[in-house]
Amino acid sequence: MEASQFKSDQYVRFCPGCGDHAICMALQKAMAQIGVPTHEIAVISGIGCSSRMPHYLNTYGFNTIHGRGGAVATGVKTSHPELTVWQMSGDGDCFAIGGNHFIHEIRRNVDLNVCVFNNRIYGLTKGQYSPTSAKGFVSKSSPFGTVERPFIPAQLVLGAGGTFFARTLDVDMPTTVDCMVAAKEHKGCSIIECLVNCVIFNNGTHAWIADREQRAEHSIILKHGEKMIFGKNNDKGLAVEIDPQTFVPKMIVVAADDPRVLTHDATQPDPTLHRLLALMGQNLVTDVNSQPTEDSLPIALGVIRNVEAETYDQAVNKQIADVREKAKAHCFDELTATLERW
Amino acid sequence: MHPQLNLIHKVKHIVVRFCGDSGDGMQLTGNLFAQLAAELGHEISTLPDFPAEIRAPQGTLGGVSGFQVELGEGVYTPGDKADVIVAMNAAALKVCTLGSHFNHPQAHFDEQFSLYHRHAIVMVDTDSLTNKDLEKAQYHTANPFEELGIPESVQIVPVALTTLTKEALKDSGMDNKAMLKSRNMFALGLICWLFDEPMEKAIHLLEDKFKKKPALIAPNTKVMVDGYNYGQNLALSVNQIRLESGASRVESGEKGRCTSIAGNRATAFGLIAAAEKAGKHLFLGSYPITPATDILHELAGRKDMNVMAIQAEDEIAGVCTAIGAAFAGDLACTTTSGPGLSLKSEAIGLAVMAELPLVVVDVQRGGPSTGLPTKTEQTDLLQALYGRNGECPAVVLAASTSANCFDFAYEACKIALENMTPVVLLTDTYLANGTSIWRIPTMAELPAIKPQSVPEDLKGHYNPALRDERGVRYWAYPGMEGYEHRNIGLERDAERGTISTNPENHEKMVLARKQKIEQIANSIPELRVQCNTDSDTLLVGWGSTEGHLHAAADELNCALAQFNYIMPLPKNTREVLSQYKRIIVCELNTGQFAAYLRAQFPDIKMEQYNEIQGQPFAVERIVAYGSKSI
Repeated sequence: MEASQFKSDQYVRFCPGCGDHAICMALQKAMAQIGVPTHEIAVISGIGCSSRMPHYLNTYGFNTIHGRGGAVATGVKTSHPELTVWQMSGDGDCFAIGGNHFIHEIRRNVDLNVCVFNNRIYGLTKGQYSPTSAKGFVSKSSPFGTVERPFIPAQLVLGAGGTFFARTLDVDMPTTVDCMVAAKEHKGCSIIECLVNCVIFNNGTHAWIADREQRAEHSIILKHGEKMIFGKNNDKGLAVEIDPQTFVPKMIVVAADDPRVLTHDATQPDPTLHRLLALMGQNLVTDVNSQPTEDSLPIALGVIRNVEAETYDQAVNKQIADVREKAKAHCFDELTATLERW
Repeated sequence: MHPQLNLIHKVKHIVVRFCGDSGDGMQLTGNLFAQLAAELGHEISTLPDFPAEIRAPQGTLGGVSGFQVELGEGVYTPGDKADVIVAMNAAALKVCTLGSHFNHPQAHFDEQFSLYHRHAIVMVDTDSLTNKDLEKAQYHTANPFEELGIPESVQIVPVALTTLTKEALKDSGMDNKAMLKSRNMFALGLICWLFDEPMEKAIHLLEDKFKKKPALIAPNTKVMVDGYNYGQNLALSVNQIRLESGASRVESGEKGRCTSIAGNRATAFGLIAAAEKAGKHLFLGSYPITPATDILHELAGRKDMNVMAIQAEDEIAGVCTAIGAAFAGDLACTTTSGPGLSLKSEAIGLAVMAELPLVVVDVQRGGPSTGLPTKTEQTDLLQALYGRNGECPAVVLAASTSANCFDFAYEACKIALENMTPVVLLTDTYLANGTSIWRIPTMAELPAIKPQSVPEDLKGHYNPALRDERGVRYWAYPGMEGYEHRNIGLERDAERGTISTNPENHEKMVLARKQKIEQIANSIPELRVQCNTDSDTLLVGWGSTEGHLHAAADELNCALAQFNYIMPLPKNTREVLSQYKRIIVCELNTGQFAAYLRAQFPDIKMEQYNEIQGQPFAVERIVAYGSKSI
């Protein structure tokens, strides 16, 4: 299938230069690659810039209310597991007003493909800080800087028992498409943190890795089964080191040919290493005063975690089928026949 | 007490209240007795009345749990006051005697507040009146009867329930604690004797009740039968009562077609039946909340009926998962009580805007806020009608008996599916937990449900704004090829269905959504006036007060108009109201329905009668009000 088959007739109204354009195109490409026909796809969103996405896709779509996309999507997928269900959300929609639905869709492992557009700002309401804005961030609603600690989305996902977590960047189309395809293939709740730039209210928020020159040095694209090598010249590798006093493990950068360089295993059920990988470089985004240094760890992109577990929608439907198979009554008249009557 | 002949009093109907500690099994006893009465052909109406605490300290006033049932013929309510009381302990005796004044120091029996009449029979467990029991129930003297000022006209029947139960089970090998749990069965046997009811049916019921715990059948049956036989010993001092109603009440064709049912269960059954009739998959998204949770329990257990019942993470997710299922083509419902309805408001607005079928059941309780979670009230009416942002019309229905919760749950689904709209069904604690007799319908008898569909010629040209001649939009959902579309909570263009901020379009759409709800009046039944239709006076009520208002109208010899359809109102509402000189709108709130009617019919004069005590109406108070001339 072609990406154009997934484009709706609607004029795309993201701001010129917004990272959401790239995610939209990546999703259309990914859908074409996946090959599920448009009528078997439902794209559910809440409110925010990200949540405009369904309008630009020629599938079934539902642009609902702020924060509730996850709950609506859970209803769609659970009642109709044969559908492919995507959820489009943002850092405000998912981590603030919709936080409860977000953690519970992950906990239940509903087979949804969730793209969270993280620009660390409320764009549609014109520039307030969000739950992922760095501490000290100055915005219209925090004129003296925020005093709040932000969420690190990966922590939230892993804390809720997430089975799939990927991180991608608006300007890296191939990785974004790869992550989306992997999310669809994964049976369970797949969270993709899409780092997007808000050109109007938070321009350059991901510059540390978005800058083409810097990206190779400041990020690593993790691929399952491949060595964790990065750098402009592919000369650096990642290893894990355990502090002999505290036994706390941490990631370290070593030479690419160091035997300690790890091979990425996204399917490892134990999330310890996935967490270490996902947290690399996150200190840079949690406090406005954090400055990167030359030995800062690279920010991990790509599919960090991808493990299989029973999905909620499957389990719910299986239980109904199992009960029905053994049940004596299958319709209303048979049900009422079991009542005490006189 | 004077020995006298064992006379049998014949009465038309009578009210019995079982009252004891919340661990004494009063709900079970009451339910068994009510079921027995119903099986024997009496009409019944029940009122469980339990404390909000799951287990208050044993023997205390806060832990008293009651179950009231009226049985006989012409039964419309569980009765204002009991004719027969079974008090299992000192605290229960006090609560029954003093009613809502049980916490007042120095309070005495006062018929206005007491839960029983001054000629009532009060059976009390004398083994549970020890000094320790009296202390726990905050008595100040050693003589509870005197202290409570129970008048001589009340016939107190002291029974050593605990001793007699232990005696009955002395050979059972049960331990003391297990034996004490059967005290309620002794009481039940005694009441069966009092009503001169045969034991066979009661034993059969007991066997059915304990079929999953067969070890309990024999000892409980033994205790119950001993209780019955003990009644013979009382025969010298207590008159038996025989109800005039009975087998004759059940019409021959209806034999084997009736059962007693609680409102919450009836609601669940109505949803199940509607889904089957409509050929739709039933989806429930819900979150536990008193007093609605039993609907979730019932539907979660009905996987055999292909019901998908989801316990969501919160009230909002309850309604939103349902909206998702509706978007995907299911019959979707959410069940809640007032606080939950508040939380669901925004999402119900989404269903109004997206024009999706959705059934919202609000089992009302006392409010505002957490309010009186286990008590009944009709205070969510205006919230159901108007509690959303924007011009946001939805259908509002109200069930009026426990059994017709079935009919109105069914009707709510029918209206939602045929008109692409949310429907709010109002029931309340009284209907939800109370039971009445339900004539079980067959699937074939139930009215057809034709969910809105989409014409085939729209394939490839469909958009979510396209409507039929009634103004109801066509329903296409994921999985249908050629009908892909985007639905929204934003305003949509009346022609293209896409986002629109055009001013004229918005007004057009607001009116289109309003008109869609109003046209439903064409397909609902007209308002029917009950009781003495020739009277000048009309009682007006809605929802669960039907029984009480019917009884009051009979006593006042006036007419009654009870509304089940609130939004839209039946088409003949004005015509009915304008026929009466005096209209009294009676509600368990401060006048919400009266305000709604006045807004629709400003030229019609209406009085209002209101009670807001967390309890059903007392018929005698309505009658007292209605007898006053204006």
